[in-house]
Amino acid sequence: MKIVIGEGSCGLAAGAGKVHSRLDVLFSESNPANAEVTITGCNGMCFLEPIVDIYDDGGELHRFVHIKEKDAEVIHDAVCSNDLSKLDSLRISDEDASFLSQQTRIALRNCGNINPMSIDEYIATGGYVALEKILKGMSQDDVIDEIDKSGLKGRGGAGFSTAFKWRAAKAADDAEKYLICNADEGDPGAFMDRAIIEGDPHALVEGMLIGAYAIGASEAIIYVRAEYPLAIKRLENAIKEATEREYLGKNIFGSNFSCSMRIKAGAGAFVCGEETALIESLEGKRGMPRLKPPFPAQSGFWFKPSNINNVETYANVPWIIANGGNAFAAMGTDDSKGTKVFALTGKIKRGGLVEIPMGKTLREVIYDIGGGIRGDKEFKAVQLGGPSGGCVPASLLDTKIDYKTLGQTGAIMGSGGMVVMDKTTCMVGMARFFLDFTAKESCGKCVHCRIGTKRMLEVLDRIVKGEGKDGDIEMLEDLCIAVKDGALCGLGQTAPNPVLTTIRYFREEMEAHIAEKRCPAGECVDLITYSIDKDKCIGCSLCARKCPTEAITGEIKSPFEIDVDKCTKCGNCRTVCKYEAILVK
Amino acid sequence: MDCCNNKVSDLTLIKETLDHYKSIPGSLIAILQKAQDIYGYLPIDVIYHIAEETGVAPANVMGVATFYTQFRLKPVGKYLIMLCQGTACHVNGSGLIEQAITDELGIEDGETTEDGLFTLKNVACLGCCSLSPVMMINGETYGSLTPDSTKTVLRQLAEKAGEAS
Repeated sequence: MKIVIGEGSCGLAAGAGKVHSRLDVLFSESNPANAEVTITGCNGMCFLEPIVDIYDDGGELHRFVHIKEKDAEVIHDAVCSNDLSKLDSLRISDEDASFLSQQTRIALRNCGNINPMSIDEYIATGGYVALEKILKGMSQDDVIDEIDKSGLKGRGGAGFSTAFKWRAAKAADDAEKYLICNADEGDPGAFMDRAIIEGDPHALVEGMLIGAYAIGASEAIIYVRAEYPLAIKRLENAIKEATEREYLGKNIFGSNFSCSMRIKAGAGAFVCGEETALIESLEGKRGMPRLKPPFPAQSGFWFKPSNINNVETYANVPWIIANGGNAFAAMGTDDSKGTKVFALTGKIKRGGLVEIPMGKTLREVIYDIGGGIRGDKEFKAVQLGGPSGGCVPASLLDTKIDYKTLGQTGAIMGSGGMVVMDKTTCMVGMARFFLDFTAKESCGKCVHCRIGTKRMLEVLDRIVKGEGKDGDIEMLEDLCIAVKDGALCGLGQTAPNPVLTTIRYFREEMEAHIAEKRCPAGECVDLITYSIDKDKCIGCSLCARKCPTEAITGEIKSPFEIDVDKCTKCGNCRTVCKYEAILVK
Repeated sequence: MDCCNNKVSDLTLIKETLDHYKSIPGSLIAILQKAQDIYGYLPIDVIYHIAEETGVAPANVMGVATFYTQFRLKPVGKYLIMLCQGTACHVNGSGLIEQAITDELGIEDGETTEDGLFTLKNVACLGCCSLSPVMMINGETYGSLTPDSTKTVLRQLAEKAGEAS
């Protein structure tokens, strides 16, 4: 039997490391069935972490979820006695299992299935076959044509044709070229690139090698967010293993193609997701975007032709070469081929990584795969594309997920962040949240972005504090247009999107803040008061005990009261009340 | 500049790093990362030393050090609280958690308590969105936080530090 613990960053955060250590101790003490304890990356079912998979002697997978350190004993016992029915109370439910069975996994094909620290396990799934195939029988143009056929677009945000970029870099006349991977996943709500690197690092290495061959680069660089230490560790191991097996290095598979690969850790700057800013950062400078043109394909890293794609884009490449561009293009829609990974989070029942063919609807992802809204509350909006995207309201739940259709809503596909919100989330607060982010992350090079985001943030700050004025919405609209048109790079050009979609779909909510000094969602601290619903309060006194300012008083078994003068609106009472008796208006 | 920056740092500690990167152009960020690993932050004399050794103008080294969120110009407390302010955490109430930390410790984002025990730093997405709201303290992740549970964690850590000293 084989016991596999899901050890992505998210699994480890949930306690997988402790489970693993305990299992190691137990199996080192006694292991009559000769079971193997090993790890895998995140399978995307973040809501069930920590997860332990057991493959029985027939190779069948049994999945157990929400495993705690104390469960290690019973797992050990069940495996040693060859009776997995002892673990039935920990077994995944059919409903939860449908989270995975409804997906089509290309970029995530190995995540959660193989040990990311083992090149042999990657090879056993058909790894490095695509690299061998191109080096033994495909020209550079053949490779680019195959990618062209697949219709693959950049998965990092802009959605630009990958084949187009590769062709331009290949056409550049220079002996020295670079292939770069953007793993500076900056959207604060997207984590698929991290999961791919942690779960299947060789897919990235192989995809990059194929790209390097296609454009004629002999050096490949991966720019990884410094906040991803585990991803860096697994990638370092993958590069070492691939070098040892001679998939990296000189004359790979006996061909004329040689390529080295190295990792560069970023230092924390959202703007470095913009390709020319990333190049500046790679050169050890402040990550400030360059003027385009020239494009990186002509003049990039050290002013040499460079091609930049993100992690998910490269992870698709070996599959496309192995299965053919047509197989990839057969999935998805006319405009958007293949699959896309989404990080489904927020107020959702089943949150995690979801990979689906393009063309499915938001409703299918949120309700069928995600299981709907936590606590069966009412769906309000879904935020797509992070700080560069926007909020799509309930009336557009049947919107198809493809580049074009999502773009028409005012949101964007982005890198695939999908944050679900219920009626308790204030949409004005949400727009302020993203503006606060982009204002802080603006590199300051161009005036429109530097000053424009700041002025917009000031207006939004005023509105959420109840100091909004007539004409604020119009001023925001003006500023949005100015920043969109005037900013130098993608960060500034898309920064207004969260504000524009909020005005477009939630104008009434914004007007309530300005004209009535009221926050309909009950979230903006300056606009709300807490009180207790006398009909629902049973007088348990829990809220009073948890109140840090002793603002809640009353007699046991009769309704309690909140003294609004003492109340600091910390929300403790609302969090602890089991009877939904705390009213926020 | 505050008192800590008048301290004299042991510049020999960084020599190996500077030698290693001497021949690799564009390594300033990597050098600063190593320096921060060694000293815990970037003392001003180390910044000047790096400028001198690499031939990059001190203003440019400072420019890079202040551009990226990873770099610190002041020492941090014994416990570095990295509070996730990603979108999922925001939607699930990270604002209330920040308020709870401020109430409990009297510090705001970027500040350190007077006893040098805690530093609060807001960070963008730790990538544990299903556990939101989340904070990470010295590598340990604490998820599904409430204002109350956050205070409990901080009190336990303070107690632990008190016992140790």
